[in-house]
Amino acid sequence: MSTIDVNGKQLEVDEEGYLANINDWEEAVADVMSKQDDLQLTSEHWDIIKFLREYYEEYQIAPAVRVLTKAVGKQLGKEKGNSKYLYGLFPYGPGKQACRYAGLPKPTGCV
Amino acid sequence: MADIKKFMYVNRKAPYGTIYAWESLEVVLIGAAFDQDVSLAFIDDGVFQLVKDQDTAAAGFKNFSPTYAALGDYDITKVYVEKESLEARGLSLEDLQHLVWEDEDEDYAEKDSIRLVSRAELAKVMADQDVLFNF
Repeated sequence: MSTIDVNGKQLEVDEEGYLANINDWEEAVADVMSKQDDLQLTSEHWDIIKFLREYYEEYQIAPAVRVLTKAVGKQLGKEKGNSKYLYGLFPYGPGKQACRYAGLPKPTGCV
Repeated sequence: MADIKKFMYVNRKAPYGTIYAWESLEVVLIGAAFDQDVSLAFIDDGVFQLVKDQDTAAAGFKNFSPTYAALGDYDITKVYVEKESLEARGLSLEDLQHLVWEDEDEDYAEKDSIRLVSRAELAKVMADQDVLFNF
């Protein structure tokens, strides 16, 4: 299994780059992963990452992107609850990319 | 959209010990992306899947019961529970999770997802489906 280096710690990731152990997550994981993607994380990115972690905490799943979109619209405002806004933040797909940064498994329903 | 079909997922087994309950839930969540008319039915030992305050720590299984509360987010609003199965196991609605969905058209009003039905009523609902999946 491959690993990523986060502040000197070697964390296991699966073949698609998702953390093998959700409990390994810390904010630095998202920083390291986003640097690999040449993406500068802003507070808007962090809102989504934190939202995903809370969603997982409550429901034990990573939401499908359409569920994420709807829930973000409700919690963070209608202007953010659309795929244009979310894909603007996470060009590789808000479900997949943001979940990866958040240390979650690949979203259920993302095939 | 043309050709919306009625899909019912029938859950008959206790949540842990076999993989059926979790597999069913995963298929439901994945299938929800296809905009069909989806409902779930819980009968026989399947009613145990919805029991609230599950704790699987001692058994070493992942407790996936919180995921049922996400069904509403996936626009699954019809969860049928068979009355006879529930009663035969000494359970009542109060022993189950309170599952709700939010109606966007009514300012996110919370509505109950669980419908307690008799065996005869459920048979009628089943007869009305296009597709039944048994787990």
